[in-house]
Amino acid sequence: MATVERPAKFVGTSQLRKEDPELVTGQGGYVDNITLPGMLWVGIVRSPFAHARIGSIDVSKALELEGIVAAYTGADLEFAAPLVMAWPINAEVKNPPHHPLTKDKARYVGDPVAVVVAESRAIAKDALELVEVDWEPLPAVTDIKAALEPGAPIVHEEFGTNDAGSWIMERDSPAPRRGPSAPFFEDPDLVKIKEEYYLARLIPNAMEPRGVVVDPNVAMGEYTVITATQIPHILRTTLAITCGIPEAKLRVIAPDVGGGFGSKLEAYPEDAICLALAQKLNRPVKWIEERSENYVATLHGREMVQEIELAATREGDLKAVRVNLKASMGAYMRLITPGIPMLGAWLYHGCYECEGYDFQYTNVFTNATFTDAYRGAGRPEATYAIERAMDALARELEMDPVELRRRNFIATDKFPNYTIASGLTVDSADYHGTLDKCLEVLDYEGIRAEQRSRRERGERKLLGVGFSTWIEMCGLAPSRVLAALNYIAGGWDAATIEFMPTGTVRVLTGVSPHGQGSATAFAQVVADQLGLDYDDIDVLHGDTGMVPFGMDTYGSRGVSVGGVALFKAGEKIIAKARTLAAHELECAETDLEFEHGNFTVKGTDRTANIKALGFNSWTAHNLPEGMEPGLTATHLYDPPNFSWPNGAHCCVVEVDQDTGAVEIVRYIAVDDCGVQLNPMLVQGQVHGGVAQGIAEALYEEAIYDEEGNLTTGTMTNYLVPGAPEIPSFEIHDRVTPSPTNPLGVKGIGEAGTIAAPPAVINSVVDALAHLGVRNIERPATAERVWRAIQEAQA
Amino acid sequence: MIPAQFEYEVADSVEHAIELLGSKDDAKLLAGGHSLLPFMKFRLARPATLVDIGRISGLASVTDDGDHLAIGALTRHHDLEHDPLVREYCPLLGYAAGLVGDSQVRHRGTIGGSLAHGDSAADLPTIALTVDADIVVQGPGGRRTVAAADFFKGFYETALEENEVIVEVRVPKLGDAGWSYIKFRRRALDWATVGVAVVVESGNGTIGSARIGLTNMGETPLRAAAAEEALAGVSRDGVAAAAAKADEGSDPPSDTSASADFRRHLCRVLTARAVEEALTR
Repeated sequence: MATVERPAKFVGTSQLRKEDPELVTGQGGYVDNITLPGMLWVGIVRSPFAHARIGSIDVSKALELEGIVAAYTGADLEFAAPLVMAWPINAEVKNPPHHPLTKDKARYVGDPVAVVVAESRAIAKDALELVEVDWEPLPAVTDIKAALEPGAPIVHEEFGTNDAGSWIMERDSPAPRRGPSAPFFEDPDLVKIKEEYYLARLIPNAMEPRGVVVDPNVAMGEYTVITATQIPHILRTTLAITCGIPEAKLRVIAPDVGGGFGSKLEAYPEDAICLALAQKLNRPVKWIEERSENYVATLHGREMVQEIELAATREGDLKAVRVNLKASMGAYMRLITPGIPMLGAWLYHGCYECEGYDFQYTNVFTNATFTDAYRGAGRPEATYAIERAMDALARELEMDPVELRRRNFIATDKFPNYTIASGLTVDSADYHGTLDKCLEVLDYEGIRAEQRSRRERGERKLLGVGFSTWIEMCGLAPSRVLAALNYIAGGWDAATIEFMPTGTVRVLTGVSPHGQGSATAFAQVVADQLGLDYDDIDVLHGDTGMVPFGMDTYGSRGVSVGGVALFKAGEKIIAKARTLAAHELECAETDLEFEHGNFTVKGTDRTANIKALGFNSWTAHNLPEGMEPGLTATHLYDPPNFSWPNGAHCCVVEVDQDTGAVEIVRYIAVDDCGVQLNPMLVQGQVHGGVAQGIAEALYEEAIYDEEGNLTTGTMTNYLVPGAPEIPSFEIHDRVTPSPTNPLGVKGIGEAGTIAAPPAVINSVVDALAHLGVRNIERPATAERVWRAIQEAQA
Repeated sequence: MIPAQFEYEVADSVEHAIELLGSKDDAKLLAGGHSLLPFMKFRLARPATLVDIGRISGLASVTDDGDHLAIGALTRHHDLEHDPLVREYCPLLGYAAGLVGDSQVRHRGTIGGSLAHGDSAADLPTIALTVDADIVVQGPGGRRTVAAADFFKGFYETALEENEVIVEVRVPKLGDAGWSYIKFRRRALDWATVGVAVVVESGNGTIGSARIGLTNMGETPLRAAAAEEALAGVSRDGVAAAAAKADEGSDPPSDTSASADFRRHLCRVLTARAVEEALTR
């Protein structure tokens, strides 16, 4: 029999995912795998209109259907409070009440107005068609700019405007910026450019749509909510508020969850509706979202109009950046909707030095599905603006875009902990090093020569090369900074390590992974730190009845917050085990060395293994005076800073001048996410993220017609690319460990969607630049590319 | 996702299927199901009864019938793509079948189902029209043969009567003719934004005759008659001018994939390319 070799260290090795055996053999337990005795099915009646007053709702015909149990309107199903919005960015923010079932009018196609409950899913579906709503359709507005025009239909009449409030860095940011931008834009000696970009609205498309099962114990007033969520802990709190049930009586479980990308970082109407129904009917209820329902009922991402201005010297020294955004909220403020653009506020000058910096955004209501966090949330938007604008500036200055970037990079010797122009402090980076690596892999000179040659030969297929030297802030902590930004929750997380009598270990984490592989990475950390076998460690998560209170998974925080909390809990384990070992070995704690799970008295062969110490602390037969039984420790970790991943991505495209078709021929990613616990997981995140970023750049776009209907309402016309559309990636790295945390980690979950869109669009524009093309709105469809060529040549 | 209620019947012969179609109200035939079932799941189609013809034997074969291939209506796209007779005598059809949808669709979808569905954005109706296929249909009164040119009547509308079943598609052998099908689409699994099929007879550097079929350029698959006429008797140098007429008489849709204008442009570009490619085959 072959022996499996135990690596000297698990961290840094590509251990296969602990999560996979059950998932790839079809044994996973998703919400839709759950059937409970006596369970009823819930169907949601949704508005077919983008904007319509509700006259009356008649459920009587639905109630006549055999197998129907109940039907309720917004007037019948009472809630203690509207859905919770947790990020009132400042005093200006407009936060209209968002009832789980709307009462007065529908404000987007898909707005829930009534609910049916039936013995089967099919009966519920049939019953939906029998609910009669007396609609009074109103004019709708889905375009951001049109929504701000005088006379536009008003989504929430009580405000008299669709302007939902602004956030202005100069006024609202807790971190002072280096200086105002105005003097530079008034300086006649500087070169200025002003760009406007529209970021199309996106639909997240997690592979598993949403679903909820609620199991009530009405006699005890206790409820178990099993839901496809990224945030069981936060959701428990928001459900407690909306449904008026104490948190201690609510158990929220995120079972196997098939992807989220932010779309399951939400307090949705359906969670509250199902909880209220289970309470009212005293039977388990289940709701499973259909895909086309998902397209209107689950949050959308991105949509905004960006204005970005740069001022620079003729030599190419960036002096100032000024940014003004108008962001679509859709019809309501959901959990953190108004704060999403702010997550990019400090990143619009990218990884470049500058002196003056201004940023502001205005939130706008429209008759569209609410927006909220989508993979990268605020940071892809920022990176897109600055990386596109840097290319535009390079063209204006007739400089090579690589040379312009190099000239303005924050120098490597400024790190660690350099306060950038926007006012926050970046932990570590080597921007020159990542770009050097990217160029070395690319053969930049060779590509440019080929590009020139094709143009000279008049070839119909042109070559373009585009870069994105990106930076982000993730971890989304510390709590005191979040407080200064008016975010209601903290940014800390929790972990518990618990030794079992036989020497296996349970890890309980407050983060709630849903595809990331955190259980694998966390086991690697614990295996190394405590000298345990990787297979002896079981990582449990996503059940508020079992794990410590945490802040869940989003914003690339799993490892940089949850993983560090775990490491700190491990330090407590070692400290306690050391005390016990010294007691057993009759020596001073300082005489003990700890390595590979063994405490050894220095210079002797007297040793105590941590598993044996775990057993002895469980029996508690011979503990030092005052020591608590059990080898278990919990740590709640609040990081002192954000973490700052960065990288250099490059895309090479072929553009067919005659059809406008774009084909990616090479894609190179060099990322610095700090120390990599598991390179395979890192690469997996880059693969998926870049694919999603390419999707933003070339394929995906949620389109509403003039009446506010989503015309891209199915997977046949909302174009999620598949394997044939995605190139082979060339993935490399550069590691600058973060000095902020003992693991040296930063985060990688969002790198791809942050980096890829500007790299791709820059490459398409680069291919056509000699024809006079300066911008192509995303997604750069064949038709848009073709039209851009026609317009440039007209 | 969940269709409205319907009855389900299994036909054990073509005659049985015709009888079921006649005796049930609002009955639809179910073959591969990859056009009809999505419509039903969106509740855009609500047939009262499905008559499953998938188990009728003898309808899923390709046979050499002299000057043409006789293709059973239940022949699946995947089987067309890999059939040796199709590859030898009408490679255009096999190639186009290999571009339909994705692998799952090609393993379920049938040529008869595709033609009966009459979707002008689908590939096989265009190919049938381009190669002048004959479609054999059977009804209560027996069999009749409909030329592809007479089969496609309008938006999802064909010459098929309510109680008729497509049983066979007769595809003329291409002989030495060159061929091409260029399917422009946004993703590999998508319907054609525009597709152009070409069959061209040529000799001594001159085009004898050309047949050009268009996908998704109107309510039905179309022949580019003006371009066909312009190509007859010209040399390679005349291709560009002829292709510029490819969209004449078409009425392409505007949708989220492309505007009508862009479809017209694509149609002209792709026709030139398809003719050039056909001349090399």
